[in-house]
Amino acid sequence: MLPNFDTLEMPRALQALLERDAADDITLALPRRSFLKLAGAGGLALGAYPLLAGAQAPAAAGLKPTQQPSAFVQIAPNGEVTVTINRLEFGQGVQTGLPMILAEELDADWSLVRSRHGSSDPAYADPLFGLHMTGGSNSIKNSYTQYRELGARARAMLLSAAAARWNFDVATLRTQAGQVIAADGRKLGYGALAEAAMAMPVPEQVTLKNPKDFRLIGRATTRLDALAKSSGRQDFGIDTRLPGQLTAVVAHPPVFGARLRSVDDSAARAIKGVKAVLRIPVDRGGEGVAVVADGYWPARQGREALKLEWDTSAVERVDSEKLLAQYRELATKPGQRAFDADMAPLATAPRQLEAEFVFPYLAHAPMEPLNCTVSLGKDGAELWVGTQCPGLDAAAAAGVLGLKPEQVKMQVQMAGGGFGRRFVGSSDYVVEACQVAKAARAAGLAVPIRTLWSREDDIKGGYYRPMHLHRARIGFDERGNVLAWDHVVVGQSILTGTVFESFQVKNGIDATATEGLRDPYPLPMRLTVHHPKVNVPVLWWRSVGSTHTAYVMETLLDEIARATKQDPVAYRLRLIGDKHPRHRAALQLAVEKSGYGKRQLPAGRAWGVAVHESFSTVVAYVVEASVKDGQPVLNRVTAGVHCNLAVNPRSIEAQVQGAALMGMSMCLPGAAITLKDGLVEQSNFGDFAVPRITDMPQIAVHVVPSAEPPTGMGEPGLPPLAPAFANAIARLTGKPLRELPFKLA
Amino acid sequence: MSTLNVNGRQHAIDADPGTPILWALRDSLGMTGTKFGCGAALCGACTVHLDGQAIRSCVTPISAAEGKKIRTIEATTDGSDKVGAAVHAAWVKHDVAQCGYCQSGQIMSATAFLKSLPKGKKPTAAEIDSAMAGNICRCGTYARIRAAVADAAKSLA
Repeated sequence: MLPNFDTLEMPRALQALLERDAADDITLALPRRSFLKLAGAGGLALGAYPLLAGAQAPAAAGLKPTQQPSAFVQIAPNGEVTVTINRLEFGQGVQTGLPMILAEELDADWSLVRSRHGSSDPAYADPLFGLHMTGGSNSIKNSYTQYRELGARARAMLLSAAAARWNFDVATLRTQAGQVIAADGRKLGYGALAEAAMAMPVPEQVTLKNPKDFRLIGRATTRLDALAKSSGRQDFGIDTRLPGQLTAVVAHPPVFGARLRSVDDSAARAIKGVKAVLRIPVDRGGEGVAVVADGYWPARQGREALKLEWDTSAVERVDSEKLLAQYRELATKPGQRAFDADMAPLATAPRQLEAEFVFPYLAHAPMEPLNCTVSLGKDGAELWVGTQCPGLDAAAAAGVLGLKPEQVKMQVQMAGGGFGRRFVGSSDYVVEACQVAKAARAAGLAVPIRTLWSREDDIKGGYYRPMHLHRARIGFDERGNVLAWDHVVVGQSILTGTVFESFQVKNGIDATATEGLRDPYPLPMRLTVHHPKVNVPVLWWRSVGSTHTAYVMETLLDEIARATKQDPVAYRLRLIGDKHPRHRAALQLAVEKSGYGKRQLPAGRAWGVAVHESFSTVVAYVVEASVKDGQPVLNRVTAGVHCNLAVNPRSIEAQVQGAALMGMSMCLPGAAITLKDGLVEQSNFGDFAVPRITDMPQIAVHVVPSAEPPTGMGEPGLPPLAPAFANAIARLTGKPLRELPFKLA
Repeated sequence: MSTLNVNGRQHAIDADPGTPILWALRDSLGMTGTKFGCGAALCGACTVHLDGQAIRSCVTPISAAEGKKIRTIEATTDGSDKVGAAVHAAWVKHDVAQCGYCQSGQIMSATAFLKSLPKGKKPTAAEIDSAMAGNICRCGTYARIRAAVADAAKSLA
């Protein structure tokens, strides 16, 4: 849900942002040595145990906040270990994966491990990027070594405490499942040692386990939140309930950025429960009207009773059909050159292929509608919100509220999905909630306010995966060797105008639009890019650029294989060569497990293949598909995954199942956001199609064994699914599918 | 003032009779286990049982529940309901949830479905899909939902 950031450049580029946020100066935060600060779990009250922060020796000077175990590990007297995660849990399983990694090196008793979200404390910044954020499938990848070292440091402190207690040489002690064990067999639980352990120096250097000795990492583990999420007991941002809290629903402009000509709120104010009707600034220079009430229903009723006239004269009223025609025209014009190759062979190549691809705008539509609860105090604000980037959002909130960033306390809430929608450069829904709270306070309502979007607000609210047009001219020979490939991409830039522009948009080319093109195939490709400005807010959608680039690459290569009567697997393996062993391994595993080439499919079914790397993980799919009543049907999926070390195989399976289905969702009839005269034509799950259980194929997930440090799994399962599906259907119909969602002629 | 019977308890609700049950539960009674997803009976996140029938509480007004019994996820998975307990256990065993937001509704639909089956009847795969087709999961947990429903049915047979 983020581009593949350059890990060398991003910290530099974020420096300015962080300085603006004054994040380095935040001192309110956690006591640095609250290791023993109680989880409050198991019936123990937090207040019953003093915070020992002030009584402790200073933390190891050589360690950054992200390396101090005190901010991440709390051990209660009953032995419960609470691990604080530096990410947002929104389905991807990091709330279990990160504790597994820490608990491995801590030698914790897994049955006593709990998990919780972090705050705005700098300790919870991404250790590579220096910003508290969740995206780019980076959580496990970037925090693997960090969390191992945190666990190892905490374990070393517990060992030191036990050695002091027993007056033994620490070298004679070992740890196992939450206990320190002496050579003579005596044992002490971590709960009994935690307080003394806090007084021990934090070691800077720790020796990590040999991966062959792992007991937790690599074991299929049930999520820590499985019980709560199977009983309605899991709270999400939307469930925030503060004393006196009111709910706001906002009437957004029908065209992005439009302003109000007139407001008649007399009927709205007459509705029982409505406390205020407030005119507020909204995203993109627009205006909106917030109805604040003592619950969602009266607020919504109030909104429906508003009589609003809008002035759309100053904003572009986009029509997606006309926009497509403009994109077609633009594709013939000179644009920015991402990379180049000799195009002379195009004129003489024995075989030619010309293709145009069209991808629509797509909404994320996470199941939990967007919401943010804001409590304004005298000297600051507190926000409860499921966000992928609390650092950015806090800065934006501070700007709106006239506060310093450190006066904004972010309470990161469990989020009901996101798929990229909760990481917005403009912090749109957080800023809106702050505008509501500010206007409410000005109107005399000094209470916490939850601003809650309806599903219609979400579907119509913008921040879509951008619409794209690709055009390719390919010259190749009878063996399928590509002699020249002239490629054009037209689509809005996601990052221009955001804090990420300075390091992700180069020479006018947004890296999120081109990622996934060409590699791993050594193709002589010339790539031209156009980024038109359009009045539709756009955003990354799970797997970002690869949502379209993988489709284009993997279907075009399949067309060349078909045109030259080559097996699509053998063709890909020949092109990939020996420079990309992870691609080969993932593809070969999927092929082997699927029975491709060995098993005869029933009549009317065909195989489809695709492989793609995104966010450092390679996923290959071999699918079986058919056509029923004129509609493509995905019957069976076999995945080959190369994510290096598989931390939690159960979670990896879930991520691939889910990402595959979201990839498949792009193919479904109705999976498109379209605009007419500036208005978004879809409004809810009735007209913006998302997959249902009846769309779910049989799916088997296989992971290539590896002990290398893990790469991410939130997104990489998405990109290769749609092209594999399309390739299978093309084999049945003989016609390529070059538009999403699928349209069978 | 309306009266709602929720999980065996009578509650006086001071809200317009047209208020959907969902908002009476969530905003008036503070029972947030039942989720808001679409507000239009399209996603199933708000599913509760009204006199044993699975209904979409986001479009069912409290006036329609007068004299009837509402059961929510809270009482369905607290161990007091045999079928609900089996579904809950299967959900945990199969590690169904990802973001988890839709799962209250999924569990309520699955429980109503299993209760509707003749005693000892094991549902077919197509029957499970059909019973669960009204519940959207954007994370795509459907493979595990299928397995969990089948497993819960087996444990009850």
